[in-house]
Amino acid sequence: MTPEKFKTYSESDTEKAAFRMASQIPFGSVVALHGNLGAGKTVFARGFARGLGVSQVVSSPTFTLVQEYPLKNNKWLYHLDMYRIDNYRAALAFGVDEYFEDKDAVVLVEWAERVAEILPENLFIVNIRRIEDDTREITVEHPAP
Amino acid sequence: MIVLGIETSCDETAVSLVKDGATVLSSSVASQIARHAEFGGVIPELAAREHLSAINPVMSKALELSGCSLNDIDAVAVTNGPGLMPALLVGLSFAKGLAVSLGVPLIGINHFLAHIYGTFLDSDPSILFKHENYPMLALVVSGGHTALVLVGQDGNAQVVGTTIDDAAGEAFDKAAKLLNIGYPGGPVIEKTAQKGDAAKFDFPRSLTGRSGKSLDEKNRFNFSFSGLKTSLLYHCERLGGGEKLEGQLLYDTAASFQEAIVDVLRMKTLDAARFFGVSSVILCGGVACNNPLRERLEATVKAPLRLFISPKKYCTDNAAMVAGLAFYYIKAGQVDNLSVDAYARLPEISRVPFCIS
Repeated sequence: MTPEKFKTYSESDTEKAAFRMASQIPFGSVVALHGNLGAGKTVFARGFARGLGVSQVVSSPTFTLVQEYPLKNNKWLYHLDMYRIDNYRAALAFGVDEYFEDKDAVVLVEWAERVAEILPENLFIVNIRRIEDDTREITVEHPAP
Repeated sequence: MIVLGIETSCDETAVSLVKDGATVLSSSVASQIARHAEFGGVIPELAAREHLSAINPVMSKALELSGCSLNDIDAVAVTNGPGLMPALLVGLSFAKGLAVSLGVPLIGINHFLAHIYGTFLDSDPSILFKHENYPMLALVVSGGHTALVLVGQDGNAQVVGTTIDDAAGEAFDKAAKLLNIGYPGGPVIEKTAQKGDAAKFDFPRSLTGRSGKSLDEKNRFNFSFSGLKTSLLYHCERLGGGEKLEGQLLYDTAASFQEAIVDVLRMKTLDAARFFGVSSVILCGGVACNNPLRERLEATVKAPLRLFISPKKYCTDNAAMVAGLAFYYIKAGQVDNLSVDAYARLPEISRVPFCIS
């Protein structure tokens, strides 16, 4: 499938795009979220969580590695950040693969490139790129059907 | 009563012996910060493994320094949340084994409440048992957390404000990385800022209603530091890149950035203190080591409001605060059994054992 590509023009635009994506995503999906510092990953993550029905604060998993959010019907959102993970072996030592394999969860993972070796095939890839001040180009690659 | 406390919720492997909740007999900490410095951040796998190899020698040292033997221990206390799950589990499993082999009670301790309690170690814990000091408001601020905790004299500790994105310590860490000045971020930013002008650059004070955006009431006591980090990035880009900043420009940038964090922490704490009508304010957690933050709070928290600032040695993670707090759980008969679990997230309301009613 050709990647979707679109622009957003404000934080709230980006949050809404993430909300829409999350509200349609099947459980068992893993979403790798890429973007430089300041691209809008925090905003995207918040919209994504809201789209799955999370009303709690969506705080940074940088320090904790994982933030777990319970959803309706015993489902989960796992928000991971591999920023402090050195490589995939370190991630395995922490059981990160178990998060990826949970069919009752949606996984949103930042800095996924650090653990590329253990990313599953059902992987969505979201790239956020800052074009100028408030304008972002968002690319979404879907997993092969 | 002598309690042996264990703390492994993040970077530090710590063991401490505390008598009757107040007298610190020994506090031994193996910090892994030095080893991690070369990576520009904490490496969690290393942290978990290091805890495993460090915990025995750290305990031996704590025992030796205290002049006690294992037979003198009346209870074992351990941090069981919130924190890094694999790291917490090392401490918790060790504590369970120790409690079983010694035949003494085991107490799981909330890391947040331990930080609050740590403020009174080596000083006067009786402050916690006086009516006139309640309600209390604690600003717990570190690498992983930034929260305002309201402690009522009924024994309920409630999180009334928290970061909605990054913690203050994380903002310091990421800023130091952006400026390429080292790790951990707090101390290096503070040092760099000493020669700088804190009013030179105007970094945003998010969620204070001062940045032109109206403040949603639900965020009145919440914090946000993600935008500040982005703002620093843009600032650096305008000046040719963060790693290229040097001299006065670097000092002024660090000072102004630090000022923005200190300013928000101070404003939010004072606003919450007034709103909830508290009698005392507590500052604790790793970022409480920051001198400008300590000084600013001292200058602005005025009588009749009382201010208690954690001694620096108990700001960063340690086990004395864990062992100290456990004493009061034991006194209240609230001990755990071996099924006690670790938890990664902070509960919204916790019970404290140092209540009055």
